Amino acid sequence: MSELSDLYQQVILDHNKKPRNFKRLEDANRVADGHNPLCGDQLTVYMHLDENDVVRDVTFEGSGCAISKASASMMTQSIKGKTRSEAEALFTEFHKMVTSELDAETTPNNLGRLTIFAGVRDYPARVKCASLSWHTMHAALENKDSVSTE
Amino acid sequence: MSTAAKELNGWDVEKIRNDFPVLRQTVNGKPLVYLDSAASAQVPQVVIDRGSRYLQDEHSNIHRGVHYLSQKATTAFEGAREKVKRFINARESRECIFVRGCTEGINLVTHGYGRKFVGAGDEIIISAMEHHANIVPWQMLAEEKGAKIRVLPMDERGELQLDQLEVLITSRTKLICVMHVSNSLGTINPIKEICHIAHKQGVPVLVDGAQGAAHLSIDVQDLDCDFYIISGHKMYAPTGSGVVYGKAEWLEEMNPFMGGGDMIKTVTFEKSTYAALPNKFEAGTPAISSQIGLGAAIDYLNSIDREKAERYEAELLAYATAKLSAIEGVRLIGTAREKASVISFTVEGVHPHDIGTIFDNEGIAIRAGHHCAQPVMQFFKIPATARASFAFYNTKEEVDKLADAVQKVIEVFA
Repeated sequence: MSELSDLYQQVILDHNKKPRNFKRLEDANRVADGHNPLCGDQLTVYMHLDENDVVRDVTFEGSGCAISKASASMMTQSIKGKTRSEAEALFTEFHKMVTSELDAETTPNNLGRLTIFAGVRDYPARVKCASLSWHTMHAALENKDSVSTE
Repeated sequence: MSTAAKELNGWDVEKIRNDFPVLRQTVNGKPLVYLDSAASAQVPQVVIDRGSRYLQDEHSNIHRGVHYLSQKATTAFEGAREKVKRFINARESRECIFVRGCTEGINLVTHGYGRKFVGAGDEIIISAMEHHANIVPWQMLAEEKGAKIRVLPMDERGELQLDQLEVLITSRTKLICVMHVSNSLGTINPIKEICHIAHKQGVPVLVDGAQGAAHLSIDVQDLDCDFYIISGHKMYAPTGSGVVYGKAEWLEEMNPFMGGGDMIKTVTFEKSTYAALPNKFEAGTPAISSQIGLGAAIDYLNSIDREKAERYEAELLAYATAKLSAIEGVRLIGTAREKASVISFTVEGVHPHDIGTIFDNEGIAIRAGHHCAQPVMQFFKIPATARASFAFYNTKEEVDKLADAVQKVIEVFA
């Protein structure tokens, strides 16, 4: 078991308190809802994907724990301006990191600041919290209106 | 263990804790503080031993073999039924149907009673604080039959508004479904009074006793309920054990639940006839070792002073309520005047899952979430709560650790 401070790092606590892009996006052309029925977490991801498949803007709303809120907040920052395939690639890397398939310290990756979520892998019950917004973003890209993680 | 704790209400908690081997371990390097008994209560050594003895010396299928082992298993299994009968003061042991837990038990009544007696336009009343297990089966039935669900409201304390019950009951009301003790709020509901009101209008009452049987002495004849459902694992028995108590006159009239072996009298390809109670409702091989374990758990509960245990739990509840209410930012959810030892709470600005993880790091096990009672969360306009539930094996020192951990949560999120 890692130290609690590995999970609740200052950056995560800060994003929990002041989530970025935490609003409805009026000109969204992709909207998806994410649900974790086990714990009741729910969020909505709003996305504006332009004609060149670039994420022009992305926001979210919803309720959840610090991990899920901070993860959603940082997800929106990370994929804004990215192409669809870049966003998908980042989703894959993030998912592999929190499920221990990718060691961000030893394997080259594009995760950048998102590596602060690596601590989640030591808390199996919380992996879903960290990945819910990413699954929802993925659903929005795929033009599905809802996703559920259990 | 301090002398004060040891002598609290004359309850020797140290001695009791020795009966529960799981409590001896450490979690994350700290002694386990188990405050999640409302989800699953721990199992005393005598229950573990009884289950192992069955598997070692008696394991065999019941009700069918003429051989020695089958006889032994059948005797032990039916012996457990007798113990249940005495434990809840049923008139007859055939009124005690073995099921795998409360959820299966409620579904048994939904199928057996609901499908037979509930029709289009009929109504079922359920209380505002029910667990999903006492909501969803009735909704499924209502959808199938074109029946309606009516909700008996509660107030801000988490007490049912009994004056509304008489208003809600109509000539179309076929059943009232209510929990004895709320798993999310701790409220102890006045079952006897509810049954009295319902019976004046000829309506039967089903009681979800998942939390009730763990904390209170149950006398189904005194309560006069029509159905009382028990989950073994909430009352110190293994998972997979449980009971549907039903008045024989209802059980006789009801449809069987699952079809299969052991629940029949005769079978031809044209038609089958059903076995007498209780077998009519017990298709297939049951969880024999678990039900024998439930019998052993009842023996254990009978061996301790349950009145003292109840008083001790009440004392822990009062102590924890005082400690948590004194912390700024803590809000107690469920402040009924009659409560069992369950405390739901929120900490301002912190999601309950984060509370749960920080507690776990301190070796403290609580439940965080909606407690399978989403309508309760909607009523209080919160997504979830943290819930500490106490059993007679918990201590005041553990309550202190709980309060310290809440302070730690506040520090982390300050």
